[in-house]
Amino acid sequence: MMPRSRSLAIVAILIVAALVLLPFVAEKFTVQFATRILIMAMFAMSLNLLVGHAGLVSLGHAAYFGIAGYCLALASQQSQAANFWTSLPLVMIAAGALALVIGALVLRTGGIYFIMATLAFAQMLYFLLHDTGIAGGSDGMYIYARPDASLFGWRPIDLERFGDFYFVVLALFVVVFGFIGALRASLFGRVLAGIRVNEQRMRSLGFATFRYKLACFVLAGMLAGLAGYLAAVQFGVVNPDMLGWQLSGAVLMMVILGGMGTLAGPVIGAAAMLLLELGLQSLPALGDFNPGKHWQLSMGIVIVLVALFLPEGITRLLRRTAADG
Amino acid sequence: MAESILQARDLSRHFGGLAALSEVSLACEMGQVHAVIGPNGAGKSTLVNLLSGELAASAGQVLFEGRDITGLAADRISQLGVARSYQKTNLFRQFTAFENCRLAAQSRLRTSMHFFRPALTREDINAEAHRALAQAGLADRHDVVVSALSHGEQRQVEIAMALATRPRMLLLDEPLAGMGAEESARIVALLHELARDHAILLVEHDMDAVFAVANTLTVMVNGRVLESGSPARIRASRAVQEAYLGADSD
Repeated sequence: MMPRSRSLAIVAILIVAALVLLPFVAEKFTVQFATRILIMAMFAMSLNLLVGHAGLVSLGHAAYFGIAGYCLALASQQSQAANFWTSLPLVMIAAGALALVIGALVLRTGGIYFIMATLAFAQMLYFLLHDTGIAGGSDGMYIYARPDASLFGWRPIDLERFGDFYFVVLALFVVVFGFIGALRASLFGRVLAGIRVNEQRMRSLGFATFRYKLACFVLAGMLAGLAGYLAAVQFGVVNPDMLGWQLSGAVLMMVILGGMGTLAGPVIGAAAMLLLELGLQSLPALGDFNPGKHWQLSMGIVIVLVALFLPEGITRLLRRTAADG
Repeated sequence: MAESILQARDLSRHFGGLAALSEVSLACEMGQVHAVIGPNGAGKSTLVNLLSGELAASAGQVLFEGRDITGLAADRISQLGVARSYQKTNLFRQFTAFENCRLAAQSRLRTSMHFFRPALTREDINAEAHRALAQAGLADRHDVVVSALSHGEQRQVEIAMALATRPRMLLLDEPLAGMGAEESARIVALLHELARDHAILLVEHDMDAVFAVANTLTVMVNGRVLESGSPARIRASRAVQEAYLGADSD
């Protein structure tokens, strides 16, 4: 039998190869759906940094995702496209700055109060955008022109083309995946793991844990901002739901479903949730009752079943199956 | 008398109306073991928690190397060179013994804000963790997950972690609790060895071990110091005999 690391590397290469080939063989809908999965996977990976690595359960992570989308929308008004190369880092920094301010406050709490505080801040932002006219109110804003990715007049990629956009998202996904993979094994990653397991002991060992938790919170906010930026580019519209607690809850579900604290878990969780949603939406009608229209009902049942039978997530189930086989 | 490395002055701690510790003063010297003994509930662990910064004092003062450290957070006090072990084993249970000590050694880096380089490639930190494990007598148990170690071995990991932070002052809260005779003997030997270049405050119930290693003893009862002095003086003290040692007169 091959060592686990080598077989995993082969699986990873095969998956990336399949993802690279996808636009050449699949139709537009499939490519766009895959783009959406990759974006949500990045979002879920960013939340997993908090929930799975540092043990900080945030129920307001959509705030950074949504604020990034709004930043892009505000930067691309009057059909004037934003510059992709400058707007993406700036938007990520903005999301990180928001996470710095909120994190500095909420990280003073712990446990259930941390969950409440993250939720409260995200909902404040939601209602700020929903109830005031500063960014289109409850209707949100349109992004009429996608960011311009030309470099000094040279135009290697055009984000208006769904295939090009897919490759940009895929490249960023690989970078984020690699970054988090490295982070887990780094000195910083080990500190996060120590905090998750026994924060009080970390303090008595001499670690100023607040600092590391805050750095993790900011990093997670920036990566959620990256995902939010890409989501805004993909859909060409932002609205307050991008910051809502439903989305924060959905991305938390993806992390839990896939497997908290694992590298591939959030990716698997995002893919599983979105494919499941797609599958449940296309269920055939049963007489007067249309389960496809009420897909959230069946989703709820699936989530309950997962909580009962897969509490450790899909990734650990796969791992155990592989170990037994 | 030389300047004491650690001094507690009239240290008190109240929990609501309950006085867990009242006006406790003691001093620890470099190269010496200062043992604190007393019946359960005497306030020994509270004392360690106050000295290590895990609890805030209600009144009084703690000086370390002449500096007032009263009210400093636990991580700051640790960085100054005061390490502690816990009465109830307090480890990263799902990590290996090595990883527990590696984290302890890593704490001495100026910062751990390094996001890319794998932690295990820091050979200096690995070596420090191996040294601490070997010193605590766990050289062959590196890769065992802590929860799979015996109780005695977990106690040794506690000590190894404290050593991996390269402290000058050790606060050991019942390091021998629950250890077998052989393990205890090994730890007592280790305490002798460590006393050469550390100051040690030892809270312990095992009287044989205490009288074997302590240079100074402080006897606590009901949160107060009953008597303090050399082992010979404590042994001879009538008050101590009545309040404490008399219970198991042997």
